[in-house]
Amino acid sequence: MKKATAIAFIIFSLFLFFSAYEMRSFGNPPSEMDDRIIGKYNSTANKWEYGAVNETGANNAVTSVVFDYRGYDTLGEATVLFTAIAGVMMLFRREKK
Amino acid sequence: MNENGDRMSIIVQTIASILFPLALIFSFYVIMHGHLTPGGGFQGGAIGASAVALLIVAFGAKYVEGKMEEENLSIFESLGGLVFVIVSILGFFLAATFLTNFLVGEPLFGIIPAWGEAPLNSGGVLPILNLAVGMKVIGGLASVVLILAIASKEGEK
Repeated sequence: MKKATAIAFIIFSLFLFFSAYEMRSFGNPPSEMDDRIIGKYNSTANKWEYGAVNETGANNAVTSVVFDYRGYDTLGEATVLFTAIAGVMMLFRREKK
Repeated sequence: MNENGDRMSIIVQTIASILFPLALIFSFYVIMHGHLTPGGGFQGGAIGASAVALLIVAFGAKYVEGKMEEENLSIFESLGGLVFVIVSILGFFLAATFLTNFLVGEPLFGIIPAWGEAPLNSGGVLPILNLAVGMKVIGGLASVVLILAIASKEGEK
């Protein structure tokens, strides 16, 4: 059992190391190809023709989806968190001394 | 449990007090670079809350409660939610609809980055919303961890 756990741990760490090695450099978009989400960068005119970076100004397309295009969803998630914490506070509150 | 109540040994306390500011700085880094690198408000807030959980494990809930009360953490959390809603409603008044990214193109936070590395003041309202969500998650999760630790200590007696 312990051996199986160690082998699983090693395989998982190898996955993590390889994916960290394959990561692009700091803040760079994945590639210069024509991407429907990120957009197309016109290197002669030095600007984006369309896409998420042109519309939101954020380099990270996932964040531009989570906080801009689907901002309502994030507001709902924050409300779920608020409700859960309000429930915990209501259950475990103590009397003021 | 030793004679110090629910504190752990001096080695764990020293390591925790060294790691706590580093974890907070890493949490703030992940929150503020949410629009540039992987991560964002939720992930960075979870890192900051785990820093508070580390303090609670090392120093005990009583000591940490003396330093930070869970009511103040709760106020911090509500402030984050308020900033989120106010920025959303500002998008309604200053631009088209609720949650519009009204800062794109402005000099503050509005630079549309070129290809490659982007500056920190890009992204419009996304850094502000990331900061609001980060405040919310840090305050909320830290207050929940703290109040559950105190409640479990009181249940043992």
